[in-house]
Amino acid sequence: MASKDQSPASRLRLSDVVRVGASGPRARKTRTALSALGISIGIAALVGVLGLSESSKSALLDEISALGTNLLTVEAGGGIGAGDGELPETALASAARIPTVTSASAVWNVDADVYQNEYIPEGETGAINVVAADVDLVHTLRGDVADGRFFDETTAPYPTAVVGSVAAERYGIRDLDTPTYVFIGDDYVEVVGILEEFPLAADLDRSVILSQQAASTFFDADDSPSTVFVRVLDGTIDETRDVLPGNTDPENPEEVTVSRPSDALEAQAAADDALTTLFLGLGAVALLVGGIGIANVMVIAVIERRGEIGLRRALGATQAHIRRQFVTEAIILSVLGGIGGVAIGVAATFVYASSQDWRVIIPQEAAFGGLVGAVAIGAIAGLYPAMRAAKLAPTEALRA
Amino acid sequence: MNATAATTAARAVQATKVYGSGDNAVHALAGVDVAFGRGEFTCIMGPSGSGKSTLMHCMAGLDSLTSGQVFVGDLEVSSLDEQGLTNLRRDRMGFIFQAFNLVPTLSAEENIVLPLRLAGRSRDDDWFGRVVDTVGLTERLDHRPSELSGGQQQRVAVARALASQPEMIFADEPTGNLDSSTGTEILTFMRHAVDVFDQTIVMVTHDPYAAAYAHRVVFLSDGMIVDEMRDPDGDRVLDRMKQFGK
Repeated sequence: MASKDQSPASRLRLSDVVRVGASGPRARKTRTALSALGISIGIAALVGVLGLSESSKSALLDEISALGTNLLTVEAGGGIGAGDGELPETALASAARIPTVTSASAVWNVDADVYQNEYIPEGETGAINVVAADVDLVHTLRGDVADGRFFDETTAPYPTAVVGSVAAERYGIRDLDTPTYVFIGDDYVEVVGILEEFPLAADLDRSVILSQQAASTFFDADDSPSTVFVRVLDGTIDETRDVLPGNTDPENPEEVTVSRPSDALEAQAAADDALTTLFLGLGAVALLVGGIGIANVMVIAVIERRGEIGLRRALGATQAHIRRQFVTEAIILSVLGGIGGVAIGVAATFVYASSQDWRVIIPQEAAFGGLVGAVAIGAIAGLYPAMRAAKLAPTEALRA
Repeated sequence: MNATAATTAARAVQATKVYGSGDNAVHALAGVDVAFGRGEFTCIMGPSGSGKSTLMHCMAGLDSLTSGQVFVGDLEVSSLDEQGLTNLRRDRMGFIFQAFNLVPTLSAEENIVLPLRLAGRSRDDDWFGRVVDTVGLTERLDHRPSELSGGQQQRVAVARALASQPEMIFADEPTGNLDSSTGTEILTFMRHAVDVFDQTIVMVTHDPYAAAYAHRVVFLSDGMIVDEMRDPDGDRVLDRMKQFGK
């Protein structure tokens, strides 16, 4: 008979460990599913939150870069001086002369009310106002015309109107296939264009726009622009920003407010980050709870399976074998949960991002990190129960 | 193979096992000297608390002695460390338990070859086939324990003990959970294994009629060997057991 030295070394091959470790979860499917669920929820939250925040951020950044971050707006007001609260009449021309400005446009207030037709009671304008603009406005704002056209040098002298996106919706103007009019002041004015949204100048969405030339001829338009929009060369934002007040209103430069509309959108992207961090924290808590759940289930499994453990020990399994069996079982539980979680997270991201017309972006760190994290959590959660299992004396375990 | 044992498979010398200490000390084994013959079916009998199971556990390397020695062949079991005991059980012992003790998540076949897998040994297909055939399990190898009757489960356990061709098989009340006809069947298999396969079996039981299948019965009382009987029959064993009550 083989002596102790000649007996084959104890072997538990990786495939055997996995098979033995998987036998428990396989035999108790409901419990497996429930205990893996905690991990699933945690990982799904992490993957989903990271996926959604990346997708939405990329959508926002796409929008910002499409609109350009080099647009500045110049408005009167904000100072405490003795000025008249208006930009000078020359403000647009002065701004356009700054060498770093590539294009400049302005809008003027028009003292007239606009209605869908003459039968609307006076004063019920629905918060739609009338403004005048120069012919470069759409170009400067990088806006788009949904239907019809914007003014050009040829049409500018004539009284025609272009409606902003919100105004068009309010008036029920969907296209210009048939002649369409709005009632401005005391006259019907033909609508020649419908604009898309201006995310960088949302006020204009609620406006009916006349050409500046026609407005001053046929209506009571201000001489001073209310807002000047300027596009500047990339990389010259700050210096242009510094010189704009002095150039546009040399007499009261301190009363001029210069702002950068894209800042608001970027702030929105940053705000999303804060929310993302919060959700990631929640996901991490869910993972922790999931890990504790697995440890819990494993402790119960060890108590329940004392007989099996004693039997294995009696039949020749070493303490290390038992330890490995239960750690493997915990890892299998948690990896199952992790795979489920990644799948749920990816699916949630895909569904939501698609519904928002965002590009679907699943950060690989989130998916792989989720799985690696699951393995680590399983190993840690399984360690204590496994050590308890290995320490059971074979006779004690068999008595149970 | 026959009533006179030519060699000794295992023996205990002044085996003592004490639980607790001081006034509370309980001598489960109080200096037991016993030897089990190779190729013999030996039965250990005695009233509850006589130390039968403790003796068997210490012989089998499942438990350790407080003092004294246990030998399996020439190997002194009482000197082995945990790893040594594990190797001893794995390579040289087979077990049959009262509660069958099959792994519920493994099929009958997987249960039978579990000791071989744990030892990293490949199975001998001829031997496996013969064992499975003998215990009549060929048709049920794919079943889980929960899908088998008690008798079938214990047959799996017997096959498991035989599969690794161990030096000794220890059986702890193997028929305790079975009705008498299935119990008879299991005992017949065990006796068959001794007579035909030349196995050595040590069995602990309460049941005088189970003891009748052994070549030799050893009586244990209060942690000591008090008597033994060769070629027992049920009634004689029962009569001897009745004396413990007095």
